[in-house]
Amino acid sequence: MTVTSTPAHARPTTRPAQPARRSRLRRLRRNPLGTVATWAATTLLLLVILIPLVWLVLGSLKTQNEILNKPAFSLPDDWFNFQNYVDAVVDGNLGTYARNSIVAVFPSLFMTILFGVAAGFALEILVWKGRGAVLVSFLAGIMVPGQMILLPLFTIYFNLHLTGTLLPLVITYTAIGLPLTVFMMATFFRGVPREIFEAATLDGASTIRQFFSVGLPLVRNAIFTVALVQFFFIWNDLLIAMTFTSSDDLRTIQVGLLNFQGQFGQVEYGPTLAAVCLNVFATGAIYLFLNQRVMKGLTAGSVKG
Amino acid sequence: MKSVFGDRRAVILLLTPALLVYSLVMLVPVVWSLGYTFFEGNAINGFSFAGLDNFRELLSDPDAHAALWFTVRFALVLTVVQVAMGYLLSLLYVFVLRRASSLVRTLVFFPVILPTVAVSLLFQQLFEYAPRNGPVNSLLNVFGIHSVDWFGSSGSAFWVLIIMETWRSMGFYAVLLYAGLVDIPEEILESARLDGASGVRLVRHVVVPLSLPVLLSSVIFSINGTLKIFDSVVALTNGGPGSSTTPLTVYMFQTSFSYGEYGYGSTIALLLTMLCLVVTLFIFRTSRRDTTKA
Repeated sequence: MTVTSTPAHARPTTRPAQPARRSRLRRLRRNPLGTVATWAATTLLLLVILIPLVWLVLGSLKTQNEILNKPAFSLPDDWFNFQNYVDAVVDGNLGTYARNSIVAVFPSLFMTILFGVAAGFALEILVWKGRGAVLVSFLAGIMVPGQMILLPLFTIYFNLHLTGTLLPLVITYTAIGLPLTVFMMATFFRGVPREIFEAATLDGASTIRQFFSVGLPLVRNAIFTVALVQFFFIWNDLLIAMTFTSSDDLRTIQVGLLNFQGQFGQVEYGPTLAAVCLNVFATGAIYLFLNQRVMKGLTAGSVKG
Repeated sequence: MKSVFGDRRAVILLLTPALLVYSLVMLVPVVWSLGYTFFEGNAINGFSFAGLDNFRELLSDPDAHAALWFTVRFALVLTVVQVAMGYLLSLLYVFVLRRASSLVRTLVFFPVILPTVAVSLLFQQLFEYAPRNGPVNSLLNVFGIHSVDWFGSSGSAFWVLIIMETWRSMGFYAVLLYAGLVDIPEEILESARLDGASGVRLVRHVVVPLSLPVLLSSVIFSINGTLKIFDSVVALTNGGPGSSTTPLTVYMFQTSFSYGEYGYGSTIALLLTMLCLVVTLFIFRTSRRDTTKA
């Protein structure tokens, strides 16, 4: 009796409960599954991004023997084995390459920003005939591939006997950075209300004074962003550096790294990974502190492709 | 007022440095390079007039055709893959992770800023086949699949290039497209949901049409960048095996500096520039026509 009474008793309660249960089921089916799928997708995504980098760091701490004879995913025997880093810097000449990069990158960065900001101001704030055409000619430069200017530049530098110095790099980087800098600075100046400059004019400021005391401070943040973007483009360049560095002690860090494996005769995994690691950390450190600004700047400069 | 903003001396003073450097180091060399297409020789041994020989050579050179074909194929495949991945990620950021997406966005963007040469050397080791298995082959072995000699055949080398470039750039396109998706008004999405659209249908019929402008500009940026691919190829495959992964950029470099043929190198560079120009103009045209229709 008790056995039959249970379904009989249950029947009336299950009926009104059914829609509620179904909707709960639907929510159950959607939400937890959706959440699990989201978590799985996000985790997979982060693993895909991070595992190569983690593997790189681990590899840079392993000896040649460990790398060749142990599984690819093994952990290093000695977590504080920095011999590879010493080899990379001392035997691999990484110090010289880094110094060359710094010597080539920062002067050109300074000039491209200074010239580019001034030109952006002249093209966007000042009013004169033909400024539209000049702006377009700067924009065209963004699209031109480096290969199109390489050979004439090589001829010029060769005939001026500059090929044994880092000057070709400084000059070329300054010029190549200009189109994007001018374009981005013109965009930023466009966002500044004209009234500010008009007020400064009423206060008796000359045009040059306007540029230095009103224009520059107003776009200070933008200048920093553009400088960051240009830094990454120039620092990571390979084409220009490969073309204009004739000898080993003029190589920038990217060219040096490209020829790194040849330096040791055979493939020395540890020092190569350590050198890659140092190169990754150098730009990674900047990203650690300035990531939001870097992301904003690079996407704003996406016209460069 | 007008006299101050139209101050001639100020314009000259502010514009001259940039214009001078830009003209001398970019505009003049572009024209100069055009001139080289009619010559033979190089900077060290001198030049001689060659008429249209370089263009004739370009038309009959199988290596140049192979490089052109590789460049086009690579640009098309990579553009589709990296913009699609970026779009999927941006959808994930906007509709699933929402506010929590900031950290993920920042992490996935990280490879974008890494030096290409460093990333290429890393991927060389990740996909290594001999003398030892890299992590990718080891992982395949775990699932019972035989190791693949990734850089040994042109097909697999092509895909390693695509995988590496996608790894490097998907975070960039995700952030670019994210900015476009965030701009879609919440009311439109809400009314579409009330009309019963959800999931894939919501994305296909509401989100994609509304983010079409930013999608198209991503495609333009991507094609423009991928047609000029140089660093990753040089550092990862160096055009190999054989010359099967050699794009126009690398072929131009080899022709000019390994064989000292500046005239022919300039002709290849011109082809590359025309390709970039035509593609950009073509996409601009079609995109503008589409928006006026809709």
